[in-house]
Amino acid sequence: MVTVLYFAWLRERIGRGEEEIPLPQPATVEGLLDTLRSRGGVYDETFADTDKLRAAVNQVHVDLRHPVADGDEVAFFPPVTGGRA
Amino acid sequence: MIVRITPDAFDPAAEFAAFEAAQGTGAGAVVTFLGRVRAPGDADRYTLTLEHYPGMAEREIGAILEEARSRWKLLDALVIHRHGRLAPGEPIVLVATAAAHRGEAFAAASFIMDFLKTRAPFWKKEAAGDSARWVEARASDDEAARRWTT
Repeated sequence: MVTVLYFAWLRERIGRGEEEIPLPQPATVEGLLDTLRSRGGVYDETFADTDKLRAAVNQVHVDLRHPVADGDEVAFFPPVTGGRA
Repeated sequence: MIVRITPDAFDPAAEFAAFEAAQGTGAGAVVTFLGRVRAPGDADRYTLTLEHYPGMAEREIGAILEEARSRWKLLDALVIHRHGRLAPGEPIVLVATAAAHRGEAFAAASFIMDFLKTRAPFWKKEAAGDSARWVEARASDDEAARRWTT
């Protein structure tokens, strides 16, 4: 299983911040996105445009080709907007 | 090197005093930057909510501080970052750096802020009256961070 986290507008649109998902095939971030999109509805909408998505595996920024292993924490979020000025 | 991410308001003057007092006699320069909530237009109805990724936020800022330390002869650094709901004029982020000379302290503080804005997992939601929206990332922030990679 993979722990999947959602932040900001992704979390709001999906209606939850966290869920457990079986390890996808292929076992990559992109493979996980395909699994999520195949659920249709709000998932398909949320993950349609990968330009607006960023991902982290085990709390480190990664690109979508990055591998995912059993027990990993995978997070999806928009480009960050912290700091100020 | 200290990273503190907190939902609580902080006192910039007290934080600066504590940071400054902790420095040894080799620290000839201390630079601080304070970011505050800037409200456009109707300030009294404006609020900013900062969502963050607990764990990763501390880790990313820690990595940025380590990177700054390896580039400049930083003696010490501090980052305090708020999350949760903030009102106009409230401090969001404090960056403090200490070095032997001002050039290193200024450069490191600027570097830390630029990377904080492009790497640290925080997301801003603005609300005014009944409407709320997530703030989109700005290309100018990416460019500001990129200038350090040459």
